[in-house]
Amino acid sequence: MKLRKLALTASLAAIGLSSALTAYAQAKEQFFPVLVYRTGAYGPNGTPWANGYVDYLKLVNARGGINGVKLSFEECEFGYATDRGVECYERLKGKHGGGTVFQPLSTGVTFALTEKAAVDKIPLITAGYGRSESQNGAVFTWNFPLLGTYWVGADVLIQHIAKKEGGYDKLKGKKIALVYHDSPYGKEPIALLEERARMHGFNLQLLPVAHPGVEQKATWLQIRQNRPDFVLLWGWGVMNSTSLKEAQATGFPRDKMYGIWWAGAEPDVKDVGDGAKGYNAVALQHGAEPNSAVVKEVLEKLHGKGQGTGPKEEVGSVLYMRGMISAMLGVEGVAQAQTRYGKGKVMTGEQVRWGLENLNLDQKKLDAIGFAGVMRPVQTSCLDHMGSSWARIHTWNGSKWEFSSDWYQADEKVIRPMVMLTSAKYAEEKKITPRTPEQCKQ
Amino acid sequence: MAFFLETLIGGLMAGMLYSLVALGFVLIFKASGVFNFAQGAMVLFAALAMARFSEWIPGWLGVANPIIANILAFIIAALIMFVVAWLIERLVLRHLVNQEGATLLMATLGIAYFLEGVGQTIFGSDIYKIDVGMPKDPVLMLESVFEGGILINKEDFYAALIAAALVAALALFFQKTGTGRALRAVADDHQAAQSIGIPLNRIWVIVWCVAGIVALVAGIIWGSKLGVQFSLATVALRALPVVILGGLTSVPGAIVGGLIIGVGEKLSEVYLGPLVGGGIEIWFAYMLALVFLLFRPQGLFGEKIIDRV
Repeated sequence: MKLRKLALTASLAAIGLSSALTAYAQAKEQFFPVLVYRTGAYGPNGTPWANGYVDYLKLVNARGGINGVKLSFEECEFGYATDRGVECYERLKGKHGGGTVFQPLSTGVTFALTEKAAVDKIPLITAGYGRSESQNGAVFTWNFPLLGTYWVGADVLIQHIAKKEGGYDKLKGKKIALVYHDSPYGKEPIALLEERARMHGFNLQLLPVAHPGVEQKATWLQIRQNRPDFVLLWGWGVMNSTSLKEAQATGFPRDKMYGIWWAGAEPDVKDVGDGAKGYNAVALQHGAEPNSAVVKEVLEKLHGKGQGTGPKEEVGSVLYMRGMISAMLGVEGVAQAQTRYGKGKVMTGEQVRWGLENLNLDQKKLDAIGFAGVMRPVQTSCLDHMGSSWARIHTWNGSKWEFSSDWYQADEKVIRPMVMLTSAKYAEEKKITPRTPEQCKQ
Repeated sequence: MAFFLETLIGGLMAGMLYSLVALGFVLIFKASGVFNFAQGAMVLFAALAMARFSEWIPGWLGVANPIIANILAFIIAALIMFVVAWLIERLVLRHLVNQEGATLLMATLGIAYFLEGVGQTIFGSDIYKIDVGMPKDPVLMLESVFEGGILINKEDFYAALIAAALVAALALFFQKTGTGRALRAVADDHQAAQSIGIPLNRIWVIVWCVAGIVALVAGIIWGSKLGVQFSLATVALRALPVVILGGLTSVPGAIVGGLIIGVGEKLSEVYLGPLVGGGIEIWFAYMLALVFLLFRPQGLFGEKIIDRV
């Protein structure tokens, strides 16, 4: 009888101890919800991004976590559908102690979540997409379009074209066509391009393409009729390769085509091959980076041990790198938050927001985490949620992307007034009182 | 004028490709009274099989010649489509004989989701290439008549020719062969066809096999143009207004409907699109089909349904 009692007590104690340990382990994990689209029309582009994102989270764990705090993550597939993206957000936001940060990889979902994230106090990182005016942290407190917005991308493209032509004055009378995905994403650069067209006197032609973008014959017939000097491509997924094929079929020179960074990766051109030779795209700082230190570390610590997420050959490709960088920005936001709220502790969404607003990824830091040569330093502030506005052009040579220009910085004189005007309108519409520099110091 | 002709020719060639997909719908509806919503998924599935086997075969068999690799891949993909057809008949249709049309439609909806998912699981969800040697560069014609000439896309031209040949072959098959007549009899009345000794199950397997081959050819043509990826499944949506307009039971209807929709959507996008902000060709095709339905509810070539009250 005594023995039975002892065994029962020991069992209960063991259960209690293991529950406590589990709770402790859970408490020490920083949860990263991962919105992905590995299936559907945009799956070929969404998959490498998701693989890079998840691999970086795994790599941080392999390095020992963020000051000892391990990362946990859960994927939710939404197929690039805005309603399903919002559903994924609702499902994951409260799980495992609460989501640290959301990165929806969809401008449509970003528009839908902008108000929800503020209520739930969870930051939204939209590296290279989302609302351009959300750079203004005074109004968009929870949005972080880190590294660049579509206005940055469009501005750099016009700067590059002007440089190639011999100056802004040479743009007068030129025709520039924008072939864009008929969605919030595709429409985002129009305001900036109209402003630049007004400044330099070029004619802007707008050519929307309906989702998913496989039918573009009429669009390219119009291009053939109007004979623009340059075509800017604002597509995503299959729309990009279809545009390049139609350009080939109508004889439009590919070296006069410039894509945004979501139209400048391997899935956009590999199916077109030589037909895309000479096609350019603005790079969100990085390109394909197979020789970077972080890629070598992923190959050694994850793929070398059979723990990699996707195929080994994909590691270092353009969209894989974008996924890794996006994850890294979230992780560094948490690391920065820990410097204020306690190293080795799990951070709340609100604390991570502070981290993201005080991000300071200088060259030394980038070198230390394996991103030397991949990107430039990033420094954010309470009022500037973008942190960097540099970009460069890369060109498809028929088999790989190669950088073909020096760095450009988006012109703040053009973009800043637009950001302030549009964000002020948003604040008025949503009855938001913008934060003052004094409030930022608190 | 030259630009109008270019748009018109481009529309006709695109329309021919829509006809090819629409034909898959018509074939199955004619033979079984089933509106096969899975036709787009079959196009994707067949194209994925073709693309992946043409990629794998050189490595497996050491075949360096791409033509042989493509032929072998075509044969394997066709066999896979036969197996799919047999499984659909065996596992789904056999159990739904004489059920309501809506029930059969829902069953094909399920088949569509299943094929899309399984196809991507087996063959992958990346963009794959089908290279059957279709020329990609354009050619200029009538340069002496029109300034700048008329630009013709050679790939579209050859694709339209292949589609036209297949459509003609199928029209003959339906009109002139015993099996074709049996297919039509089954479509008219399952029970009556069975009562005169037509084996319903075999007929259904045959028609799904033929639809599978049509899907494979459509998949190769569209896959060669667009790359093989998920969006091929949505090509079926381009063919829906074609079958609405042409009539679900008519092979000539699928052809004429395809041409009208192809021309209509291109002309509308080019000439009306700029007035309303562009991007109208997809919904314009449906609108055009609906306008036709106002005057001919059974479609241009569809059979008028007269029921005894």
